[in-house]
Amino acid sequence: MARMFRRDPVLDVCACGVGHPAAFACAPEAPPDGTGEMGRVVNEAALRAAFPNAATRRGLLSLFGAGTLLSALEGVLPLGNVREALAQPAAAPEKRDLKIGFIPITCATPIIMADPMGFYRRHGLNVEVIRTAGWAVIRDRAIAREYDAAHMLAPMPVAMSLGVGVANPIPFAVAAIENINGQAITLANKHRDKRNPRDWRGFRFAVPFDFSIHNYLLRAYVAEAGLDPDRDIQIRSVPPPEMVANLRADNIDGFLGPDPFNQRAVFDGVGFIHILTRELWDGHPCCAFAVPRSMITDTPNTYAALLRAIVEATAHSNDPANRVAVAQAIHGPNYLNQPLTVVQQVLTGTFADGLGGVQRVPQRIGFDPYPWHSMAVWILTQMRRWNQLQRDVDWAAVAEQTFLALDAGRAMRDLGLPVPESPMRTETILGRSFDPRQPEAYMASFAIRRN
Amino acid sequence: MAAKGEGWRAALLSVLLLAVLLGAWEWAVKGGGGPGGPAVDPELAALLSPAAAAGGQTAMPAPSDIGARLIELLRDPFHQRGTNDQGIGIQIAWSLWRVMAGFLLAAAIAIPLGFVIGMSPLLNAALNPFIQVLRPVSPLAWMPLALYTIKDSNISSIFVIFICSIWPMLLNTAFGVASVRKEWLNVARTLEAGRWRTAMRVILPAAAPTILTGMRISIGIAWLVIVAAEMLVGGTGIGYWVWNQWNNLSIADIVIAILMIGLVGLLLDRALGLVARAVAWQE
Repeated sequence: MARMFRRDPVLDVCACGVGHPAAFACAPEAPPDGTGEMGRVVNEAALRAAFPNAATRRGLLSLFGAGTLLSALEGVLPLGNVREALAQPAAAPEKRDLKIGFIPITCATPIIMADPMGFYRRHGLNVEVIRTAGWAVIRDRAIAREYDAAHMLAPMPVAMSLGVGVANPIPFAVAAIENINGQAITLANKHRDKRNPRDWRGFRFAVPFDFSIHNYLLRAYVAEAGLDPDRDIQIRSVPPPEMVANLRADNIDGFLGPDPFNQRAVFDGVGFIHILTRELWDGHPCCAFAVPRSMITDTPNTYAALLRAIVEATAHSNDPANRVAVAQAIHGPNYLNQPLTVVQQVLTGTFADGLGGVQRVPQRIGFDPYPWHSMAVWILTQMRRWNQLQRDVDWAAVAEQTFLALDAGRAMRDLGLPVPESPMRTETILGRSFDPRQPEAYMASFAIRRN
Repeated sequence: MAAKGEGWRAALLSVLLLAVLLGAWEWAVKGGGGPGGPAVDPELAALLSPAAAAGGQTAMPAPSDIGARLIELLRDPFHQRGTNDQGIGIQIAWSLWRVMAGFLLAAAIAIPLGFVIGMSPLLNAALNPFIQVLRPVSPLAWMPLALYTIKDSNISSIFVIFICSIWPMLLNTAFGVASVRKEWLNVARTLEAGRWRTAMRVILPAAAPTILTGMRISIGIAWLVIVAAEMLVGGTGIGYWVWNQWNNLSIADIVIAILMIGLVGLLLDRALGLVARAVAWQE
């Protein structure tokens, strides 16, 4: 029984203490303490928070000097803005052993690749990533605190925080967006000549979950073509592997689902990729790295370390140069459990479309951690449009509460990534311009809606 | 008992039937379409499964594919390569552990309670409505409730095993105790045996075969339920393994899992059957 607990032979243990395939090298060590650059960032943030007006701030600084101002501030900054405390990387995480649940789809790439590539360990965390059987289970296990953080669909924390689809409101937040784009509409082979959604009347579709960007995008897409998603087509909530099996069994006509299952349908010869979702809304959010809001106040250092690891992993995953190696790292039985070629086609964007062609779309899936508030507002408009959310809410306030752009932005800045000036931007979705400051006007422009 | 020769012939027939079944399956999968179909360029072919590259769909695995995969799995059934990649032996061990925990917990409650219910017609009548309402509830219907209240997926699956295996044991014990022959109880009374002594020396041995029958039904149900429970909750166990292979659309692995689940269920039933034979008595 000597082989009972043997390790995978292809893995080598490197300096980070974690085994990974030979193709990888760990990134260089982060600065050991939080002084220097980090301290400067914290001071700056405190000054900005106290004197939001730039002109006033500059005036005071030139008058008193930064040191005097800061020491004066320390007297009146009581508990401090928690967020400022978070910016101190030197503080040790309160809790090191963490469990993070994930669903085995390519959207989870940053969460899972951070494990074999040692990103968690470098930030002093001992993270166990646990594959989970479905979105409802991941939600329940996150609520039960079996998971410290979890991979969720971006609309899930919004719905949970508002008490939609759960018994009581449970405050959860999107600490970072996992992936942008990376979904597709896949149709059964027999519909090769029905490429116009106008011809889809009576079709049966699958999406992974009610509170998903998949559901909202599919609805918006068919509604744009003049079909009512509740009356002219059928939309079912189906786990992704069953989407492929149902497509094969002729039980559904198509699905808007996560990869690698669009590619898997092509790989197995049961369907073709009709359209990539980046053509519907380029840069749309899909999955999120979600945390209970209490984590931010209860274990701020753990939260900060985790967020850094995730943002770093997201940036690493986004670099096209790393994609082949990432596919190699995550396709195996411990993570996605899929054939390598399927995962690689999704991540590199060179893929068979199921119509006999090979397409090259390097931006098929992207990884951008920044949780734009405009994304959250759009999600809210759709929850409202299809009557999942049956009351009026303060769109901007909910967006700010659930999409933690400030924290993610800080973690990004620490890593030298560019951070947007404002978390609100005008999005282009299905050819329409969406101004997140005018959600009511946008809602009113829809002919087909439920509210 | 059948004659020795007949047993051999039955076994031979079983093997023959199996061979015909597997042969037909193999032929149905592999015999049909040979290589051919539309010619594809090598770059595209590399991106598709061999069947899809030939213009078809990935087929159901043949028995030979399943056999090869079985050997691969059994070569290293206890490997652990991280949280989510553990051998099939470890998964079965997890499921067995949960089943045993839930089942023994249920036995510890059902048998004494059944005893009391069987001995007291009043209690029997009072508790019967509750038992009859709870008994037909599908074990999986308990799962959301368990997850919500217990807030631990592992304990929840043990609870589901517990709640589904308690009823057959409870009812059989009560029935066995209640139907102990009056003459024997009268004899015990004549001999001035106390209540405890009567229970231990007369009723328990008399009811033992019925109790064991209840336990045998329970373990069967428990093993049936654990697969579904683990598919739902995930994490570890043979049910989770099935879900995971389903996630990979790997039919060969699912067939193997079904085979394993069947074999373990058979072994569990046989083990309790042996115990039942040990406590059986002939009038």
